[in-house]
Amino acid sequence: MSLISEGAEFNGTIAEPSLATVGDYLELLKPRVMSLVVFTALVGLSVAPGSIHPLTAFTALLCITVGAGASGALNMWYDFDIDAKMTRTAKRPLPSGRIQPGEALAFGLTLSVFSVVVLGLLVNILSAAILAFTIFFYAVIYTMWLKRSTPQNIVIGGAAGAFPPMIGWAAVTGSMSFEPILLFLIIFFWTPPHFWALAIYKMEDFRRAGVPMLPVVSGESNTRLQILLYSVLLVVLGVAPWPLDYAGPLYGVVAVAMGLCWMLLAMRVYRERLPADQACRHLFAFSILYLFLLFAVLMVDRGWGGLMARFAA
Amino acid sequence: MSDQGNEPGIVLTEAQKRARRSRSIAIAVSLIVLVVLFYAMTLVKGPAILIRPI
Repeated sequence: MSLISEGAEFNGTIAEPSLATVGDYLELLKPRVMSLVVFTALVGLSVAPGSIHPLTAFTALLCITVGAGASGALNMWYDFDIDAKMTRTAKRPLPSGRIQPGEALAFGLTLSVFSVVVLGLLVNILSAAILAFTIFFYAVIYTMWLKRSTPQNIVIGGAAGAFPPMIGWAAVTGSMSFEPILLFLIIFFWTPPHFWALAIYKMEDFRRAGVPMLPVVSGESNTRLQILLYSVLLVVLGVAPWPLDYAGPLYGVVAVAMGLCWMLLAMRVYRERLPADQACRHLFAFSILYLFLLFAVLMVDRGWGGLMARFAA
Repeated sequence: MSDQGNEPGIVLTEAQKRARRSRSIAIAVSLIVLVVLFYAMTLVKGPAILIRPI
């Protein structure tokens, strides 16, 4: 993609001096996605064994936040053509012309480099390496390759959003084990039903933009079945930290109760037929609550005491 | 002086000046945060700042 010609084509004239505000640049970072990333990274950090200085923990979270935002900016830079065609994304800074593609690319690259380098210098190399891979995976593997080429885009690409707990864990321990991988798997299997529920009721948007989301390519019925199948895997994985002794009964009870609610909603999605999409909207909204609550309870049940002790030490 | 020297060039509008100023302030704040962060982390880690275990 040629930046200069793109910018010129976009305005039809030579680029004007920018009117982009700080708020526009902050919007490039996808703050809502970032909040989930920060939270899951905090959980990974708090459940990890060992000690970390509060300032080091803050630095790690800051770098993960900035790195996640950077990959969001790179995603918006590459996808601004399809963002312009979807109602959900048409008001983003690039399609609305508030920021030029070259500005977004420079912003995304700068933040990517800074977040990885600072994490490597001030925390440890392993966490920086996973952060670098996460940014690469989201910006290149998902955005540039998978998103426009396969209906499995969100299944494989969802891995990018699942890495933050591993980065948080690595920031504390400098190593890796099965527990953060389990947290990775929970988010990995949470992403497809979460996103496909949205894709069903925003199907026309994706069709118009030419994005081969599963409902567009394989039809709604198949997507609803896939949501149900992934939900079974997710609910089992969601409960798994309890029998594996990574969490106590409090987590177990919450995970089972939330899992039952999820399955109930997933069954309603499976049974629902066009033109209704209410069940999909409910599952999408509940999916965000599910992940936040599951990880919050895990942090309270498992990590909170340890985290406080670490900060007090 | 040639005529070129008297050309006004690109003249920013008030809105463009305001946007540029807000961006400049944001960059300055970010740099200050980065400097303070490195300074504080050096105090916290001491000589170990140079040891970065994998």
